[in-house]
Amino acid sequence: MKKVEAVVRPHLLEAVKAALQEIGVVGMTVMEVKGFGRQKGHTETYRGSEYHVDFLPKVKLEVALPDELVEKAIQAVVASACTGKFGDGKVFVSPLEEAVRIRTGERGEDAL
Amino acid sequence: MRGGATVSSNRIRRLLLGLALGACAAAGVTALRSLDGVARAQVAPAAPSAAPTPAPRGPDPTGAATGTAADVPVKDAAHPTLVEVMDTVGHNRIAINIVWTLFTGFLVMFMQAGFAMVETGFTRAKNAAHTMSMNFMVYPIGMLGYWICGFALQMGGVGGVASLGGTAPLSHEFAITLFGKTFGLFGTTGFFMGSDVYDVGVFTLFLFQMVFMDTTVTIPTGAMAERWKWASFLIYGFFMSMVVYPLFANWVWGAGWLSQLGANFGLGHGHVDFAGSSVVHMVGGVAALAGAMVLGPRLGKYTKDGKPVAIPGHHIPMAIVGTFILAFGWFGFNPGSTLSGTDLRIGVVATNTMLASAGGALTAMIYMLWKFGKPDPSMMANGMLAGLVAITAPCAFVTAPAAVLIGAISGVLVCASVFFVEGRLKVDDPVGAISVHGVNGAWGVLALGLFADGKYGDGWNGVPGTVTGLLYGDPRQFLAQCIGTLTCFVFVFAAFYGFFKLVDVVVGNRVSAETEIAGLDLPEMGALAYPEFGLSASSTGWSGLGAAGSGAPAPLPVNAAQPARST
Repeated sequence: MKKVEAVVRPHLLEAVKAALQEIGVVGMTVMEVKGFGRQKGHTETYRGSEYHVDFLPKVKLEVALPDELVEKAIQAVVASACTGKFGDGKVFVSPLEEAVRIRTGERGEDAL
Repeated sequence: MRGGATVSSNRIRRLLLGLALGACAAAGVTALRSLDGVARAQVAPAAPSAAPTPAPRGPDPTGAATGTAADVPVKDAAHPTLVEVMDTVGHNRIAINIVWTLFTGFLVMFMQAGFAMVETGFTRAKNAAHTMSMNFMVYPIGMLGYWICGFALQMGGVGGVASLGGTAPLSHEFAITLFGKTFGLFGTTGFFMGSDVYDVGVFTLFLFQMVFMDTTVTIPTGAMAERWKWASFLIYGFFMSMVVYPLFANWVWGAGWLSQLGANFGLGHGHVDFAGSSVVHMVGGVAALAGAMVLGPRLGKYTKDGKPVAIPGHHIPMAIVGTFILAFGWFGFNPGSTLSGTDLRIGVVATNTMLASAGGALTAMIYMLWKFGKPDPSMMANGMLAGLVAITAPCAFVTAPAAVLIGAISGVLVCASVFFVEGRLKVDDPVGAISVHGVNGAWGVLALGLFADGKYGDGWNGVPGTVTGLLYGDPRQFLAQCIGTLTCFVFVFAAFYGFFKLVDVVVGNRVSAETEIAGLDLPEMGALAYPEFGLSASSTGWSGLGAAGSGAPAPLPVNAAQPARST
């Protein structure tokens, strides 16, 4: 089992969700996050004074997947969240030790 | 009508035709009846003997037949006297003026909502309940202070306000004599609106003047927002409404010495301020300057080397709506200042007011666009308000092109002033109140001295002839305006700088650094404006504080240890 976390542009959330559902992903967790990458945010002016916007709003999806779906999921996210401009986000994949469905107590891939 | 689909189109057509014919017939009958009514009313006086009860009139959908000779109260309908008719005309004239003055006063009262929204929109979410509460409480505090003694000091010696039926009771002005001339200082009738001034005209005047005064009281709450201690604010509210505003307003509007400069020293018509660029706005703006100076900047507003840091307001849409409410209220502020709905100059006043607001908003937007590449919604709003403030004094005395020009200049002036106050004076004014009301209030009264076209204001402040500015040939009027402006600044600044310094010693003006960083809503008011929303880093001060350093979030204790007061 793997956990795939994808940080994407907020307005592309719907597209990413649809792409993941298409390859058979049945559930996901989404959160509004803020962050920055290599561009380090950007500078704006308000009433003549500069201020730096460090943290740009993004959306983070988390999906827990059986190993065979991981590569497909990565490709689905990249295809649906890519605009080719700075700030498209990142995908992180990490091993997942255990999963439990709270309602039934099922464990492992059965719980996904 | 659900069954309509089953009815043939022919039947529908016939039905509609019938309905239309019926309506026409009804209207025709009504019209005939109305004509009949007019005829009866017209012949009534000539009829030989008494016809005491007028015949009941039918409905009058056009209004053409409503209000006839039959509505004039006379003892003998057959023989109305000229005096009876004149009495009715006079009564109606004052009635129009009183209704007009009350109605425009109601519009000005609604400006309190505009101020509340502009100031709260331009400040942070963590202080929203506090900023709103200040804007709310200025209304009752200011009103009661004004009722106790403010109105009496301001208008107690104004003498007769002819357009409101004379206001005879307001007849005592305390004055001193210098160089053989009288200098009116304050009025002495009308305390607590007691039985000595129990008069419809005086009560109307009280309502109208009260809402103006309240506008002044609410101006400094914006400049001093996000750090002002509630107790200090309460004392301030009474001091402004009971002492400082009434005195300056007396000197300009209550037959005081600035209004007498014309009659006493031949300086035009004395200091002329039609609706309060100086009396209302500059007084508020200068008090805001003194208050913000004593209070010091918000934590994180300046970097260690003194560079101003932007602290964006939390709700720009709220501020924009507030600006529109203010612009709407200004249609009461300026046209209402005739105190007369029968002075048809109100058409010019209202139009000049809106033209100047457009000029101010447009030039402020263009200036910001040119300077920073983006139009900046907060400065667009400030620009519109600057145009309104600037046209408030000259609105009745200038041409339309002059109104646009006055507004256009104010739009640039307000931007330049915001940068100057923040960058050079190092005075932190979150909403731009000092620049909008103080600087453009001064510009407004000076603009009157430049652009008054000599078409209006015959007999103003007891000086024969119309009000004429420098560019139209009367440099003495401009001099009177300069004296009024200078007096406003010196008197109000001295009064409030001293006042806030004193309050600082006695109760303190500023909340603790911990309270300021947490937001004033809970510590000062006991209620969060937005309890169900998670406050972001910027709204709780972390982002603003962080930006004060190199761009990386600075640790809290370092910033919290910054001096709370700059003076």
